[in-house]
Amino acid sequence: MSREVMEYDVVIVGGGPSGLATAIKIKQLDTNLNVCLLEKASEIGAHILSGNVFETRALDELLPNWKDLNAPVKTKVNKEKFLFLGKSKSLSWPTWLLPSVQKNHKNYIISLANLCRWLAEQAEALGVEIFPGFPASEILYNEDGSVKGVATQDMGLDKEGNKKDSYEQGMELHAKVTVFAEGCRGHLGKKLIKKFELDKGKDPQQYGIGFKEIWEIKEENHQEGLVMHTAGWPLDNKTYGGSFVYHAENKQLFLGYVIGLDYKNPHLSPFDEFQRFKTHPSIKSIIEGGKRISYGARALIEGGLQSLPKMYMPGALLVGCDAGTLNTPKIKGSHTAMKSGMIAAETIVEKLKENKDLSIYEGKFKKSWIYEELHAARNVKPSFSWGLILGIIFTGIDQILFRGRLPFTLRHRHADHETLKPANIMPKIDYPKPDNVITFDKTSSVYLTGTNHTENQPVHLQLKDKDLPIKYTLEKFAEPAQRYCPVGVYEIQNENNVEKFVINSQNCIHCKTCDIKEPSQNITWVTPEGGGGPKYGNM
Amino acid sequence: MKILVAVKRVIDYNVQVRVKEDGTGVVTDNVKMSTNPPDDNAVEEAVKIKESGKAKEIVAVTVGEEKAQETVRKALAVGADRGIHIKVDGIIEPLAVSKILQKIVEKEKPDLVFMGKQAIDDDCNQTGQMLSALLNWPQATFASKIEVKENKLEIIREVDEGLETIEVNVPAVVTCDLRLNEPRYASLPNIMKAKKKPIEQINASDLGVDTKQRIEQIKVEEPPKRKAGIKVANVAELVQKLKNEAKVI
Repeated sequence: MSREVMEYDVVIVGGGPSGLATAIKIKQLDTNLNVCLLEKASEIGAHILSGNVFETRALDELLPNWKDLNAPVKTKVNKEKFLFLGKSKSLSWPTWLLPSVQKNHKNYIISLANLCRWLAEQAEALGVEIFPGFPASEILYNEDGSVKGVATQDMGLDKEGNKKDSYEQGMELHAKVTVFAEGCRGHLGKKLIKKFELDKGKDPQQYGIGFKEIWEIKEENHQEGLVMHTAGWPLDNKTYGGSFVYHAENKQLFLGYVIGLDYKNPHLSPFDEFQRFKTHPSIKSIIEGGKRISYGARALIEGGLQSLPKMYMPGALLVGCDAGTLNTPKIKGSHTAMKSGMIAAETIVEKLKENKDLSIYEGKFKKSWIYEELHAARNVKPSFSWGLILGIIFTGIDQILFRGRLPFTLRHRHADHETLKPANIMPKIDYPKPDNVITFDKTSSVYLTGTNHTENQPVHLQLKDKDLPIKYTLEKFAEPAQRYCPVGVYEIQNENNVEKFVINSQNCIHCKTCDIKEPSQNITWVTPEGGGGPKYGNM
Repeated sequence: MKILVAVKRVIDYNVQVRVKEDGTGVVTDNVKMSTNPPDDNAVEEAVKIKESGKAKEIVAVTVGEEKAQETVRKALAVGADRGIHIKVDGIIEPLAVSKILQKIVEKEKPDLVFMGKQAIDDDCNQTGQMLSALLNWPQATFASKIEVKENKLEIIREVDEGLETIEVNVPAVVTCDLRLNEPRYASLPNIMKAKKKPIEQINASDLGVDTKQRIEQIKVEEPPKRKAGIKVANVAELVQKLKNEAKVI
């Protein structure tokens, strides 16, 4: 059956900082262009999760009067700390010894979700048509192989794919240029990278999983504007990761943990590492007497320039972390995501007005400060494959002495799904039980995300081989999906001595970790029905 | 026939509601808001009746702050023809809402008024009933099936004992149960068209309705946390504990 079609000049997939910046910039350059933006969340911001200490460089360029427009960018960083954690001790690292990329005194503590909601208002005021609750589920191609646009998800299908009473057919959105801004591990971006071989000659992409909790803490423990990062315990020397502790407005604390998904031990549970981290005396003392009010998790890109795919192809562009523009040592990606979108917008306007080729995107990208930043940052993450201590020593030399100008580039050797070692040769990890005061289990955590998917719909976490989890992954890796999933979507259940792999897809918070870390790449994340997924407030 | 459907903006049903620290209410900042779920059923039913040719016009109405308009916009996207937004800030009680709706009914002269059986935020379950009393119209509450007949509705109600079938004369007020239907999704083109449909804005104060609160809210607090249970070894121990510790037998 043929679907309804809508024609636009530009269709943007994803309402995060990169997609919204693209939309705004296009309208600023040419108000006559028709721009449509699709977002899978029920509202803009509801699937966004980020630390976030925000560098305003891109925003200053995009909307110089953002202060007058009452942007939710208010809490200036006024104090910084960096701690190395031992099991019960901590060592404070003097901030003057931090590389300049890790200094935040000009930055702001923000909620990225709220910034995106505000950016969406600006975009709508400029005439951008924004449709939340409509996931783009399919890429459409022209006969010559170029990208023609996207199709939105059919709504109202049951588990077996039959039409329910509420069935609403998806529709086709055709565009002169389609911009993919889905964020880290976008499911369409992934297909495009493969189809157009955009990652040819690049290193495998590197990812991390980031957790975030928002706490309301006691007044005496709260210092608005204080930014703290930690490295070390509870992770071992070989596992890449660290925490962020940001004192935001209204006595709120943004508390989070990031772990590189190149970890080797299949017994490791990122969620439990994060929970355990909070029991450290230097963290516990901050949150004690407070209350956890939000929880969430999201995969993020860490590969940097070596892993950055080509960002243009016939008819389409990749922006932000759908490609991978995050600056890992800076622990920031919002400003680079926005900048990549703004460059994309210039490219698109030149293409539509002067009939230039989309490949000019690359040259523009290389000439901009985003490239300069990512180039200087490129060696930090790979150096941590030597372990935390050597990584820090190297990073000190690379970032402080040479300011990222060392005349060589370290490579990423493995994709994250290749790094797990067999379960029987790796140590089991005994995680403490949650106390429900400082530490929690996954069940009570998923409740705080507000996630939901209409019950009777096709499962959006698809197995290429449905027998593989039990037949292979369970035996070899003790089925790590049970542990790397931050909300317990995957379970091994034993029914009459028969082991069964259960997917509780209703709980999914769209973090994409399974799609990345599954050792055989057996799990594929696809879009569920529109509006499904978490309902994050000010993440 | 003309149907007026009342919709309310509430905290989304997926959100874990948090009580404000000072006990004056619940937190609504940075919280996802949506249309009260049974109100979606009310809109859907009205649209279905219109599609069957038995109604000519559907007017969606909401009472609340500026952003409450979003719920009217959603109703317009699934098939309502036009909207009315009665602007009023702060807490507004069911009696005041009923009185406002009464004024709108007098102005719009609909044959039917539909709304959800209750709102999931205050759980009052009063507005429909009070409106029917104010209008002196028949009411059918908790409707799980509606059949439109000549100047009558045959309605199946969800009651404690099971299902009750009643007949009411038109005009009538009907409050809708979640089992009434499965609300449709708005399609992209319909959302776009809805942006162009008119929403009339009226200030509550211009209607001459007294909206001041009659109920004094003293304190809002979280329900007490359930304590973890214990396992007993045998019936004797259970009886002993029920007798001596719980003191229930």
